Amino acid sequence: MEDIISEVERDYIASLIAEGKRIDGRGFDEYRPIEIETGIYQKADGSAKVTMGNTLVAAGVKLIVGEPYSDTPSSGVLTTSAELIPLAAPTFEKGPPSQEAIEVARVIDRVIRESGAVDFDALCITEKEAVWIAFLDLHILDYDGNLFDCGTLAAIAALLNTQMPKYEDEMVIYEEKTGPLPVRDKPMETTFVKIGKGIVLDPNLNEEQVLDARLTIGTNQDGDICAMQKGGPGTFTQEEILELVNKSKEKAKELRKLL
Amino acid sequence: MKVGQPEKFIIDGKRLDGRAVDELRPLKIKAGVLKRADGSAYLEWGGNKVIAACYGPREVHPKHMMRPDRAVLRTYYNMAPFSVIDRKRPGPDRRSQEISLVTRQALEPVVLTNLYPRTAIDIFIEILQAQAGTRCTGITAASVALADAGIPMKSLVPACAAGKVDGEIVLDLFDIEDNFGSADLPVAIIPKTGEVTLLQMDGNLKGDEFERAFKLAVEGCYQVYEKQKEALIEKYGGGD
Repeated sequence: MEDIISEVERDYIASLIAEGKRIDGRGFDEYRPIEIETGIYQKADGSAKVTMGNTLVAAGVKLIVGEPYSDTPSSGVLTTSAELIPLAAPTFEKGPPSQEAIEVARVIDRVIRESGAVDFDALCITEKEAVWIAFLDLHILDYDGNLFDCGTLAAIAALLNTQMPKYEDEMVIYEEKTGPLPVRDKPMETTFVKIGKGIVLDPNLNEEQVLDARLTIGTNQDGDICAMQKGGPGTFTQEEILELVNKSKEKAKELRKLL
Repeated sequence: MKVGQPEKFIIDGKRLDGRAVDELRPLKIKAGVLKRADGSAYLEWGGNKVIAACYGPREVHPKHMMRPDRAVLRTYYNMAPFSVIDRKRPGPDRRSQEISLVTRQALEPVVLTNLYPRTAIDIFIEILQAQAGTRCTGITAASVALADAGIPMKSLVPACAAGKVDGEIVLDLFDIEDNFGSADLPVAIIPKTGEVTLLQMDGNLKGDEFERAFKLAVEGCYQVYEKQKEALIEKYGGGD
């Protein structure tokens, strides 16, 4: 999913950043405008649509009843997937998920799981036999950079919007709801990219195309770090990483307020 | 609580496998172990047994992956079906796809791909036995295999993880600590500059815990780096 970008554009973006400016006029630590809508897809048990600038991600949660994993016999299950469908960008192709799509899904899954956001024990129906299995599907509809942060926001908004269907006589009755999905944290991810010597928050597509290195940091609402992922062909210094970890907590707070 | 979780991970200052909190598992590296590959390395790191092979620079297939200004670096991380207790279904799963991706990005900063435009440099990492920390083992092995293949690089790339068990920061988790511990933080660095080429984390770390674990992992990388150099000196001599 590599976009061709001209050397001229690459140099332009990098030289702007060296001057302390960004191609879309934002500050280095500034998110694009964010809008969140929830409960928009009625057939899903929970849903959300989030825009971050021009990036648009739809998230849906579907619940089924199934068997637990043998090593966690009294815990529910969460499965997170992301699809980079060809509708969202000229460089996305149909077919099995790309490494990039897998990475997006796994890094978002990681912060949800490790923060304990979903109370899996409360999703147990009968130990060793029946638990709720939540499928969280992220549909990227318009790709203008930073799928990690936009996707996490959509995921958490959808989980918070999820209502549990009724389960009776070994049947799931989707039309009847029994209460919200037990969500006890609102983890967030914040993504920074390094271009030349400058580091900016929430990269748009142009910035992603020319990035040297990318760092995504996931934190829970107490500010503990729950997930990290470095990407890109370049490097970060150790000082940069420690600084970004601190900055990430503040930025995550801003995102959390939007929910 | 997961099935099989130990009550304590650290007893009288010793971990369940007898190590101190800041001690690496025994690490052995051998460079140049395969005949057909352009470069290769075999690693035994605790209970991990990993072989890495490097092919290239060579022709790019499929052709659309070719880049006019540089070589494409491609990494393939694969676990043998018998490498873990529950047989792993052969072929790439989501986890190994992600590890292949981060492995490439961990090595890309040092490989001088601009010297070999229109070619591919392929690295295959085969996990024969897994005892946690296989991505670090794979990156460490791949870096030695690249050197053994004579690919020009700015540096070797050593990798090592730190984590948290029983509320304590420990170096180089083994499988029980990885499965039931509370955080895992794999790191890879360029030793001369200290720059970080791989950084992942899952679990729960407070800000100060992160800083301690991160620094411990970096220290671990420097120990691994010594072993990488020794392996190359053993095969090629020099090093004075």
